[in-house]
Amino acid sequence: MSDTFGYTLGEELVDKAAPDGPIETRWSRRKFTAKLVNPANRRKHKVIVVGTGLAGGSAGATLAEQGYHVIQFCFQDSPRRAHSIAAQGGINAAKNYRNDGDSVRRLFYDTIKGGDFRARESNVHRLAEVSVQIIDQCVAQGVPFAREYSGLLDTRSFGGVQVQRTFYARGQTGQQLLLGAYQALSRQIDAGNVEMHARTEMLDLIVIDGRARGIIARDLVTGEVSTYMADAVVLATGGYGNVFYLSTNAKNSNASAIWRAHKRGAYLANPCYTQIHPTCIPRSGDYQSKLTLMSESLRNDGRIWVPKNAGDTRSPDLIPEDERDYYLERIYPAFGNLVPRDIASRAAKNVCDEGRGVGPGGLGVYLDFADAIRRLGEDKVREKYGNLFDMYQRITGENPYKVPMRIYPAIHYTMGGLWVDYDLQSTIPGCFVIGEANFSDHGANRLGASALMQGLADGYFVLPPMLGNYLASNKLAPVDASAPEAVAAHTESTERLAKLLAVNGDRTPDSFHRELGELIWDNCGMARTDAGLRKALGRIAELREEFWTRVKVPGTGAELNQSLEKANRIADFIEFGELLCLDALHRTESCGGHFREESQTPDGEALRDDDNFAYAAAWEFTGVGSPPVLHKENLQFDEVHLAQRSYA
Amino acid sequence: MKLTLRIWRQNGPDAKGTLVDYQLDDVSPDMSFLEMLDVLNEKLILDGDIPVTFDHDCREGICGACGMVVNGAPHGPQTLTTTCQLHMRSFSDGDTIVIEPWRSGAFPVIKDLMVDRSAFDRIIQAGGYVSVSTGSAPEANSTLVPKPDADLAFENAECIGCGACVAACPNGSSMLFVSAKVTHLNVLPQGQPERESRVVSMVEQMDAEGFGGCTNTGECTNACPKGIPQASIARLNKEYLRASLSRRR
Repeated sequence: MSDTFGYTLGEELVDKAAPDGPIETRWSRRKFTAKLVNPANRRKHKVIVVGTGLAGGSAGATLAEQGYHVIQFCFQDSPRRAHSIAAQGGINAAKNYRNDGDSVRRLFYDTIKGGDFRARESNVHRLAEVSVQIIDQCVAQGVPFAREYSGLLDTRSFGGVQVQRTFYARGQTGQQLLLGAYQALSRQIDAGNVEMHARTEMLDLIVIDGRARGIIARDLVTGEVSTYMADAVVLATGGYGNVFYLSTNAKNSNASAIWRAHKRGAYLANPCYTQIHPTCIPRSGDYQSKLTLMSESLRNDGRIWVPKNAGDTRSPDLIPEDERDYYLERIYPAFGNLVPRDIASRAAKNVCDEGRGVGPGGLGVYLDFADAIRRLGEDKVREKYGNLFDMYQRITGENPYKVPMRIYPAIHYTMGGLWVDYDLQSTIPGCFVIGEANFSDHGANRLGASALMQGLADGYFVLPPMLGNYLASNKLAPVDASAPEAVAAHTESTERLAKLLAVNGDRTPDSFHRELGELIWDNCGMARTDAGLRKALGRIAELREEFWTRVKVPGTGAELNQSLEKANRIADFIEFGELLCLDALHRTESCGGHFREESQTPDGEALRDDDNFAYAAAWEFTGVGSPPVLHKENLQFDEVHLAQRSYA
Repeated sequence: MKLTLRIWRQNGPDAKGTLVDYQLDDVSPDMSFLEMLDVLNEKLILDGDIPVTFDHDCREGICGACGMVVNGAPHGPQTLTTTCQLHMRSFSDGDTIVIEPWRSGAFPVIKDLMVDRSAFDRIIQAGGYVSVSTGSAPEANSTLVPKPDADLAFENAECIGCGACVAACPNGSSMLFVSAKVTHLNVLPQGQPERESRVVSMVEQMDAEGFGGCTNTGECTNACPKGIPQASIARLNKEYLRASLSRRR
């Protein structure tokens, strides 16, 4: 490995919390060895939870039900609005209601394989075990999952999988699951067990004696910056997809909480594992502010094609059957249109690179429902996908019942995140990280309908006993907001806001974000090369300097100031972008969502290098613009045989 | 397209607000409404002005954060569409567009087009849930739900809590919002044990927040981006009456 990358190699990282022995009993044994907090003592413990998505909402509700005093934050105006709400397709669970050969073992195997053998076996097995409890819990909450006429739960299939294990609520599964968690959280707010701070954003993590003991947060309405202390901090702040500017994430989703924790000592793992979703609505102009996903479930009935000949600009209905290339069905006959997301995305890029893309700029492929409508009738298709078709029509002005949809890949989910051990604890004791914000379960590529599963698994079932174990095992000295570390963090946060306001330059915050996003999409998107990544790294460092001399943030800090919120997040995205590209540069293999052009099979598939890269890359912060330290956590595969993924 | 935007500017909850005109000369019909406001805000920043404050997040019509009254209609002229999903092709070159915040005593203005909808959260906190602590759930398929009931529950559970119903109602009533949650949970078998207490607590909280009463004008349903039916309000009234007569509340 070349030292020109700048980073240095640190000590190997070992997950000390992970049990060994038979994989089927690791989770139950870990729960048994975990120490318990007496119910009467729980209310003495304050726990901060940042974020109210599926992970944060379910964690806050569950911890409060168990008796802990929860202090919870979200930057939205209500905990019901976290971006989990936008998840469309479904949630996986190994219920085997279809009697189609599903099992915990198979869900475990599919997830490890889907993640291109870059996830921890123990974690993934636990996720598969817990999946069945999640469905029980959500049904009991009144989540209106789709049902058969018998009254039993319905399921459907999803990418990368040959069983039907995905539970769904039309195209709004995330919404329904989130509202379930939100309602559970609301019940605890009403009971006085959760102190909820909406429209409040975390600015920093307070670390005292090496342990996470609180956060600095800004009231977005008044601008007031306050200190909150606790016995533990749980980050459930989601992914960093908005580093690309254009993504399917909500506009305000950001990486600041995990980045600030990283700067305080939490290692950040595998940032280069980013997921590009194959079915998004293509962009229409420079003013584009976000991209909209069309659920992967559409690939159950839609057929993806492009014209066989480059430069064929005829309208789709004039292109005869034998001049169409249903390229996924052709290349991957066993999985067809349901290959995993990374493979479908790259295949779309390849046909567009060949000049066979459709729509403005040639950056699109058709997703055609004509066959499904002929087979099932328009009504049945409407019942299954009506809301998605309506959304498509609203955005594009085209009727997908008549004209094939045009789709193109876009950044959708990020598998990397803060490194956590089996207990979901980061390298800062007392700082736990759950949901998309951590790195743990999806390896290099996440399967469809697994994000909801992981968020809820972490929040409802995994975090609570592990957090209890931490509190029961450590005697924590009492601290308050006057602790020097807390005062210093508060001062640094307010000074940074003042600095942003003082620049008064000539560029808007968004102009930097857009430039950063374009740079990263071009060089660290669907296909990455050594030269491209080096170029991006050079330019991001310049952009960082430029940001702090040219950004223009109007208004003051002592008021509601959305430009200031934005600029503060973009400053973090720029620093984060450097680590993202460095991680992508250092990993000279291809795996899952990380595709290095230098490492591919003769057919153009991702080629892993298990001898050199079967590890999670956990980065330690050393300073802005200063090379980080790489700690490798070697991944062991005892249960699953490492193999080249094949979906042909 | 060239547009004149007449936007409500109000510096804070207690400040006096006013409508201010802005010109935009280069609006594409393919832009979303909020993208059009983004363009305006970029321009305002560079001109040394203060950009317009508005709530927004997912921009795909599901989070419920956005919402403004556009030419007198909550979420604008297109039915079943949130502001973020409204596109400029719904307008014409030369139009003047009046943009205001939700207007309701129970939704005080925070700044410009942003209002405080926390009253909705407190209504849910009063009873909009099934009291089932994590871990205590029975096997999922042990509870059968007839498909028509599941579908009815789902249609009402689609509510995104945006508040357009309140903004549209001449009485500032939130009964469509409340009825959606009551219907969702009260038609399901899981919601039965708390059926009476739920509706009573939620209605009491709704009144305490200062929302008006329903007189069946139907404006709420017309404005609702998710098409929550007016029939849900009838169901809410029925549930409330039933609970009032019940010994179980």
